Amino acid sequence: MPLSDSDLQALWLTVRLAGIVTLILLVVGTPIAWWLARAKSWWKGPIGAVVALPLVLPPSVLGFYLLLAMGPHGPVGQLTQALGIGLLPFTFWGLVIASVFYSLPFMVQPLQTAFEAIGDRPLEVAATLRASPLDAFFTVAVPLALPGFLTASILTFAHTVGEFGVVLMIGGNMPGVTRVASVQIYDHVEALEYMQAHHLSAVMLIFSFLVLLILYAWRPNPKKGV
Amino acid sequence: MAGIRARFRLDWPGFTLDIDLELPTKGIIALFGHSGSGKTTLLRCIAGLERAPDGFLALNGEIWQNGAHWLPTHKRPLGYVFQEASLFPHLTVMGNLRYGMRRVSRERRVNLDQAIELLGIGHLLDRKPDRLSGGERSRIGIARALAVNPRLLLMDEPLAALDLQRKQDILPYLERLHDELEIPALYVSHSPDEVARLADHLVVMESGRVLADGPLTETLARIDLPIRLGEDVGAIIEATVGAVDNAWHLARVDFSGGSLWTRDRGLPVGRRVRVRVLARDVSLAREHPGQSSIQNVLHGRVDAIADDDHPGLVLVRVRIGAAMLVARLTRRAVAGLGIVPEQNLWVQVKSVALME
Repeated sequence: MPLSDSDLQALWLTVRLAGIVTLILLVVGTPIAWWLARAKSWWKGPIGAVVALPLVLPPSVLGFYLLLAMGPHGPVGQLTQALGIGLLPFTFWGLVIASVFYSLPFMVQPLQTAFEAIGDRPLEVAATLRASPLDAFFTVAVPLALPGFLTASILTFAHTVGEFGVVLMIGGNMPGVTRVASVQIYDHVEALEYMQAHHLSAVMLIFSFLVLLILYAWRPNPKKGV
Repeated sequence: MAGIRARFRLDWPGFTLDIDLELPTKGIIALFGHSGSGKTTLLRCIAGLERAPDGFLALNGEIWQNGAHWLPTHKRPLGYVFQEASLFPHLTVMGNLRYGMRRVSRERRVNLDQAIELLGIGHLLDRKPDRLSGGERSRIGIARALAVNPRLLLMDEPLAALDLQRKQDILPYLERLHDELEIPALYVSHSPDEVARLADHLVVMESGRVLADGPLTETLARIDLPIRLGEDVGAIIEATVGAVDNAWHLARVDFSGGSLWTRDRGLPVGRRVRVRVLARDVSLAREHPGQSSIQNVLHGRVDAIADDDHPGLVLVRVRIGAAMLVARLTRRAVAGLGIVPEQNLWVQVKSVALME
């Protein structure tokens, strides 16, 4: 087996982090995307821009501000201390929260596009068939946006797997807690363990390629619907 | 308080809807007008899909909207047929039909079989909408609206997306709907032919306002309306098949003021029919025309005279018993014959369209 135990530990941690972040963002990102797709409010512009910020911001900048916020003097840090949770930086859950922010646009934007593509009509039809707005959301909008949900989840998962800068700022480098695959590769290179770095990098490369292959090769039925 | 009472005012850039209507809750009420006249917007206001801030809407005394109170669409007991059928693509035909039905209280559930049978869609239930023709989709859209057992059916040009042949295929289903169901329906259309075949009551709209509203035959025969129907100006007569002449393949339809002969379409004697007579097919004579190829000659009394679209043309409405016909004549002919209101004269009808 060319991967060491610590490599496997880092991979497992990465998968766990990406999985949890994807689940959280499905819950958090869906209402944001729905609101952005359907609202006519003035706030749509500013909120949309904030959601997109992680796309252009250097991860270190995002990590730096999150570190300040979650630190002992930051608002989040004071709250978590008051709640008896302690401080989040350099913990797994601190990393989860940071990754949620970092990957937010990768969940929200494909979902927003999918919701916008549905249009008003199917929801109006549902309303005339006695479905309340919430009912119509789950029985009409979600099924019709299912390809969007798949795309958004795959992108969010993959993007979280690939993060590095934010992890270094928030998570540090603690084996089994915050040392994810990308950091492990960095460590191998630092230690001049090029062979190990190769093996882990190859796993990441193949994984990323497969994810993108799925996204590009698989296209939902383009036949027009409603 | 029976009937539909609707009062809406909407101010949009470039369009104002301003209507105040009292409509019967019986039969098919056609909302008729050119595109942009506000028919669909009015229908959407009634459905609650469009919100007119100070509107008022009540169905048989039950208030759906007034200043303080606004019933959301999903709580209004209505059925809505959209212009493009708008079936849910992720559900089968049966799934579409059951979507609304499952959300109606158990006591108000209808037997889905009746709607399926009425619209002849029994063989399509397992299909997905993308495997249906346009005509099939329309029929399923109508059945889906009926499946919620609505107290008011709203239909927004259900035939507009179809070609002429498909329209002819579906009109009989709509006629059955009219004959067999008790549900009042508002039917948006810009086709005089559909209106003539289906409607009992007519609301004529233009630029967001109601130009005329009343029973179909009366309203269609109004010649003072500024709405321009062109070649479609005409009148409807409610009649009964009185006799069939098998030797000449003709049928006689009787109405209160007389009778007309038309091509035999195989309808039995005693059947109630609608007869549509276009203004261009009616001519007037002071003396009985005697021998002529036009064999439908009636005696009537001039009721009103009005200008037509073209300055050389005039519309003359003639009362024959309780029925009315409209004739399109040249202004010169009217002057030459000296046609004036209350005058008795002979009416020649060249062509009659029989509608079941």
